Amino acid sequence: MSRSQERSATKIAIAALFVLLTLMVTSQSARAGESSSITDRSVDWPTWEQWRRVLLVEDYNTRLVLAGTTLLGFAAGAVGSFTLLRKRSLMGDALSHATLPGIGLAFVLATLTGGDGKSLAVLLAGATLSALCGLAVILVIRNATRIKEDAALGIVLSVFFGAGVAVLGVAQQMRTGHAAGLEGFIYGKTASMVPLDAQLIGLAAAVVTIGCLLLFKEFKLLCFDESFAASRGYPVVALDVALMVLVVAVMIIGLQAVGLILMIALMVVPACAARFWTERMAVMTIAAAGIGAASCFAGAAMSALLPRLPSGAMIVVVATIVFVLSMLFAPARGLIARAVRRMRLESKVRRQHLLRAMYERLEARGTPPRPDQRDESLPVPFDELLPVRSWTAKELRSCIRRAERQELLRLASDDSVRLSPAGCREAIKDVHHHRLWELYLIKYADVAPSQVDRDADAIEHVLDAGMIAELESLVQEQVARRRIAPSPHDLADPEQSA
Amino acid sequence: MPDPLSIHDLTVAYHSRPVLWDISVDVPAGQLVAIVGPNGAGKSTLIKAVMDLVPRASGRVLIFGKPYKQNRRRVGYVPQRESVDWDFPVNALDVVTMGLYGKIGWCWPVTRKHRKTAMDALARVGIAHLAHRQISHLSGGQQQRTFLARALAQDADLYLMDEPFAAVDAATERVIVQVLTELKDAGKTILVIHHDLQTVAEYFDHVILLNMRIVAVGPTQTTFTQENLQKTYGGKLTLLDQATEAMRRAERSR
Repeated sequence: MSRSQERSATKIAIAALFVLLTLMVTSQSARAGESSSITDRSVDWPTWEQWRRVLLVEDYNTRLVLAGTTLLGFAAGAVGSFTLLRKRSLMGDALSHATLPGIGLAFVLATLTGGDGKSLAVLLAGATLSALCGLAVILVIRNATRIKEDAALGIVLSVFFGAGVAVLGVAQQMRTGHAAGLEGFIYGKTASMVPLDAQLIGLAAAVVTIGCLLLFKEFKLLCFDESFAASRGYPVVALDVALMVLVVAVMIIGLQAVGLILMIALMVVPACAARFWTERMAVMTIAAAGIGAASCFAGAAMSALLPRLPSGAMIVVVATIVFVLSMLFAPARGLIARAVRRMRLESKVRRQHLLRAMYERLEARGTPPRPDQRDESLPVPFDELLPVRSWTAKELRSCIRRAERQELLRLASDDSVRLSPAGCREAIKDVHHHRLWELYLIKYADVAPSQVDRDADAIEHVLDAGMIAELESLVQEQVARRRIAPSPHDLADPEQSA
Repeated sequence: MPDPLSIHDLTVAYHSRPVLWDISVDVPAGQLVAIVGPNGAGKSTLIKAVMDLVPRASGRVLIFGKPYKQNRRRVGYVPQRESVDWDFPVNALDVVTMGLYGKIGWCWPVTRKHRKTAMDALARVGIAHLAHRQISHLSGGQQQRTFLARALAQDADLYLMDEPFAAVDAATERVIVQVLTELKDAGKTILVIHHDLQTVAEYFDHVILLNMRIVAVGPTQTTFTQENLQKTYGGKLTLLDQATEAMRRAERSR
């Protein structure tokens, strides 16, 4: 997952949390007022009876709505994992916003011609056409002018959404027809769903899922290596269009449940969350679909229990919670796991610096520790270690304490440090690696001897056994195996190695 | 038998900026051919133009006597390693299997037989033990070998490789050279974009010196000379540059 995608997902997460907080606050304050006027925004806590009816899906109607929305989440998660990997996540956002003028115009036209302006099929047909127009405009702007894709997305998103709001305004002024409820498409409202709608959504979601399954291999190749795909004769443009058609299809069926503003979250957030857990694309797609389905089920259930909460927001909040948990706690890619790994490496680097400083101080006095040492090394005063590197007294002391716990060395009462036999062996190994690397740099990389300590420093802590063996064979003429070469630069001046 | 690759009078304009002028070259069968030239000489563009990946302004390219479209299966392609995002959720075996998608066909799943073929290709480049490692955890050289294995899995007759030796370790370089030799011995033709002038004479039979136009082409021994290199790398082609710039301005002001 690239940085920018992580960032956009985080942004969505923050926005969704904000929505949740606002909802909680308003519901609290409204309940305190105990008013029951038409503008009452209070959320009545459902009774146990209501909980049971929703959770056990006893209502036929609830059952259909939940099933339809869950299928929608499944399809959105699957398609979203492709767009995420194709780095086209924001395309979905522009297209979902581009549906609004189509909804408004479809209502106006249907009403003027005497039809039912609120028929879902008519409205969604309008939404589809207008989203496809948006897609065409994006492609034309990107390919025919020097404007880049991000700007093209921005133009389509804002202009189409603005036009849509204007058309809805006109629709509400009309004498015939009743436009109220069209705004439901902006934020999503499962409450207005009738069984037929749910069936339509479920059917479309199933078709999209089958499309993903059939083209899984082709989409994988397209997302990973476009030019190789083209060289094999795959119609890259047609595949991209097919992917976008799936996106539009999910978008359209998601309009009613999630709403066009938050629809993008349902495509991006589950896919981003799934990416944290796996390195396999098939697993990621299934996990994203699962997370999407679970979020939609939970969100729609909440909305069924608390009909005043917009279902789109509830769905996104649930998805976001999954995302945040994944981002923090995923085993390999999660933030906490990464922070722990970094801290371990830093602590190892500090310990190696300390041991090497000890060795070099002892060596400068002509009494370097030997590998077969049976008792503690001679003492090195704390004040002598301090100027060796750019560490503060506090950092050095904490480093010494940690090494003490590992029984590598001991801080005596006279504020001097002695290496334990194990510490001696460890120090000898670290110095050996450091000097090998220094010699390699001088000999093969033409680094000046006065500069070499710093360069060697950065690398030596991550050398693995194979690299060390190779280094040893490369600089063998200078170093007899398992014996420590003298430092290639002056050790007496601590400033140099700081 | 027609030549594996025959290019006649090829001119390519990349974003309305000509980068290749009047390229004409015939590559004989069973040869290891290096394409050598400075940065921006159009080496990658030449390979891409052969495979119809960039639009041609003019010219004709024939693969074994037929247009690329009809002989696609006989061409194996190794793109530049940097051309893809290696933090992609697939493992090395998945990437190699992609070379077989054409054989598998649209919408059909990958079967055990295909995985076996892919595994054999990985074994040929010596990283079969890394087959199930996620690609971002491979070293640069191992990633390059994965790309090479993907082309090998396809079992083509003409291979086009874009800088396979770029930034690889010594072990990988040895493996690639060995694979190239094996391919040549099997009668395949290989075109390699190569940046290391030191090794051209050692590795390749044939060389194409390229700098927006063909400077020289022929057997390495007679063609890879100091004089020809001077012509390829040295001396600004002032007039060519000016013409290119003029075309670009004309396009912009239109």
